[in-house]
Amino acid sequence: MKAFNIHLTGVGGQGIGLLSEALLRASDHAGHRVKGVDTHGLAQRGGVVTSRIRLGEGVHSPLIGRRRADLVVSLERHEAGRSAREALKDGGTLAYYDTSWQPMEVRIGGAEPFSSQDLQAEADLRGIQVVRVFKPGLVDARQQNMVLLAHIVKRELVPGVGREHVRQALDDLMAGRMLQENLALVEAEWA
Amino acid sequence: MKRLGEMLMRPEAFSEIVMGNTALARAMIEAGARVIASYPGSPTPEIAEAIGSIPLEKRPFYFEFSTNEKVAAEVAYGAAVNGRLATVFFKSVGLNVALDTVVQLPLMNIIGGLVLILGDDPGANSSQNEQDNRRLIQMAYAPVLEPASPAEPYVFYKEAARLAREKRTVVILRLTTHVCHQKERVAFDALPIHEVDDRPRFDPANGPYIPITARVFPLKRQALARLADFREYAETSPLNRLLPGTDSSRGIIAWGLPYLSLLDVLEDAPQKPDILKLGMVVPFPRRLVADFLTHHAQVKILEELDDVLETEIKALAFDLSLHTRIIGKTGLEDWMGEYTPDKVREVLARSWPDLVPARPPAGTPEPEELRPIPARPAQMCPGCGHRSAFYAIKKALAGSDITVADIGCHSLGFLPPYEMGQLLMCMGASTGMAAGLSLFNQTRRVVAFLGDSTFFHAGLPGVINAVFNRHPITLIVMENGTTAMTGHQDHAGSGRNFNQETEKIPIRRVLEALGVQSIFETDTYDQAKLIDLVRQATALDHFSVVIARHPCMLKFTREQRRKAGHQPRQVAIDPEKCQRIHECVQVFGCPSFQIQEDGRVVVNTDLCIGDGSCRPTCPAGAIDPPKVVAEAKGEGGR
Repeated sequence: MKAFNIHLTGVGGQGIGLLSEALLRASDHAGHRVKGVDTHGLAQRGGVVTSRIRLGEGVHSPLIGRRRADLVVSLERHEAGRSAREALKDGGTLAYYDTSWQPMEVRIGGAEPFSSQDLQAEADLRGIQVVRVFKPGLVDARQQNMVLLAHIVKRELVPGVGREHVRQALDDLMAGRMLQENLALVEAEWA
Repeated sequence: MKRLGEMLMRPEAFSEIVMGNTALARAMIEAGARVIASYPGSPTPEIAEAIGSIPLEKRPFYFEFSTNEKVAAEVAYGAAVNGRLATVFFKSVGLNVALDTVVQLPLMNIIGGLVLILGDDPGANSSQNEQDNRRLIQMAYAPVLEPASPAEPYVFYKEAARLAREKRTVVILRLTTHVCHQKERVAFDALPIHEVDDRPRFDPANGPYIPITARVFPLKRQALARLADFREYAETSPLNRLLPGTDSSRGIIAWGLPYLSLLDVLEDAPQKPDILKLGMVVPFPRRLVADFLTHHAQVKILEELDDVLETEIKALAFDLSLHTRIIGKTGLEDWMGEYTPDKVREVLARSWPDLVPARPPAGTPEPEELRPIPARPAQMCPGCGHRSAFYAIKKALAGSDITVADIGCHSLGFLPPYEMGQLLMCMGASTGMAAGLSLFNQTRRVVAFLGDSTFFHAGLPGVINAVFNRHPITLIVMENGTTAMTGHQDHAGSGRNFNQETEKIPIRRVLEALGVQSIFETDTYDQAKLIDLVRQATALDHFSVVIARHPCMLKFTREQRRKAGHQPRQVAIDPEKCQRIHECVQVFGCPSFQIQEDGRVVVNTDLCIGDGSCRPTCPAGAIDPPKVVAEAKGEGGR
């Protein structure tokens, strides 16, 4: 397979690292050559965090060129908008969890927040397919990453990566009650 | 579940998806490292996380987080001159702290071998600069290896350890942020059986180990001779590779992450120049490079950050009267930032535009043409004790007073709405800078901040100086009980080291012993008291310290969540009482508060941890006490 580039983003604390690791491992279980890299350090304190996953042949660096991602995955609306602008190619796919963690400028400086309508309008302009995910009633906000992961796979947004690969990936990464809860969450979205 | 600790100790060969830092931990085990020391700092702490995943009783070596990088280097050196294979690792600017020791290492006869792992940070992802440590290492005459892909730190470490042992010296492994953190499937060898011989082998006869005046010269001569040996080794080292391309008139010399970027860029190039991929960069293989120059009309040196090799390679070409056109840096921008694929594309296009075909437009409209999305700098977490501290301290100070920050989570206080900490330099620098700011200054009070891990790391000399030289400043120790910014490593005041429970070294008692006369302390959530104490402390005419304490709430919340029966709590705003003053959202600035179009304030249930630190700040008393979140909520951020 020729290179397929995934740019993942969110706010430090949302769990983009686990989502990224699960998708990376699922892609590996699907038989792809994989490379990835996550943000560590300072930005994890409430700043923008990004992960990158690159699949396929002809992939060397884990980093992705500007607007060369085929798929952008975001756990937060403002970051979905920002990464679509910076990282996603025209005609690519944006999958995001529609929660808003208002940036400081919005909260104290009166800057306009970025709405899901703003996001859709920009996507339409650039031929971007938008997959908006939101699940009411989640007890723990950190489970949003698993819900988004389930929809990425359900809609086959990553070539060749299917449900069994996700099950295997989660089994690599967790055990016991955590595994059961997350699997149940993912399976519920697939049902 | 694949458990990291078990995987790292697996006796048979295997392959696994790991990041470069994790691969290093396996390399240390395979190489038979016996003593490893570090001080936490990005991009290296995940090496320690990997080590920590192996239970203490199964860990085949001793590991410690030392109080700072210099001490860590000394611990490793001490172990190595006693016959142990030792390793020390830390971040880029950690070398500045450790340098007094590190510059001496190549002079010594290090019988066990020592590997120094540097995590440099091109792009300043989480550092105060992007210094190129090859320059500092050149001063020390130590050899430097530079890996690129995640598999290479593993292979290079083992080679570095072999060389360090064989030549009884220190070998540097220089990694950069995205070499440390990039992940791919790495094939690991089977674990060799090591005969552990822990007999102390230190013998002054292996030295001399005393570099004083004239005795320095034989040591320096020995260091230079070793470096010449390493230059010979570099000529045939398997770490350097020649990759033939399709355009034999042009060549590129590259290494580290820029090499991977280069391969990406050349994927769609019409012609591919030959590439000399270096693994050993200091000293570089002169004959190999000279040969590469001779066989190409033009050679590009693709060098991230400084022009270290460019200068040397040009000097080599001059010495050999070579006429190859050597293309190094072409402008200021070439010295800046990480050599990502996009950056390498720009750099190459400036010299060889035909090699880098113009790409189709990357899409329209460009971000600049759109309404900006508000920026999201890093910020203090919900419940962070530093937020409560800054909120109170700001009330206690005049706008003209000067506040001096140090390194740590509290550095983020410089951002609005607090704007506390107007200068920042490096670890432990706040107290000294504050002392200088207080001289010939009768009108503006000077307040320094210092975190607790930094207090022990490099803060003490500044504190002692303030006592010794009677500087009338106020130091506020922002004590959260951990090294929070780098991932909650314990420090001398935590009551635990990497391996076991230990006696806490209480900051207050240290200060008392140093003769600090005025010491105040409070939990930062007690706003009224903290305001009062800061007013008292800053009114004094001598050095004073306020210990502003609250445990790191990110760490605390994580620990709580792991406990059985834990019930999360959150605050709520009483809409009847809320007068839309917006103190909570705009002045206290907890990220859990969000402002709605109609001016209402709501609690983001994704974020609130129910700490209640916000409650005293609401003039209308509209923030209800934290309540157990029993019902599924699902509202999240709106």
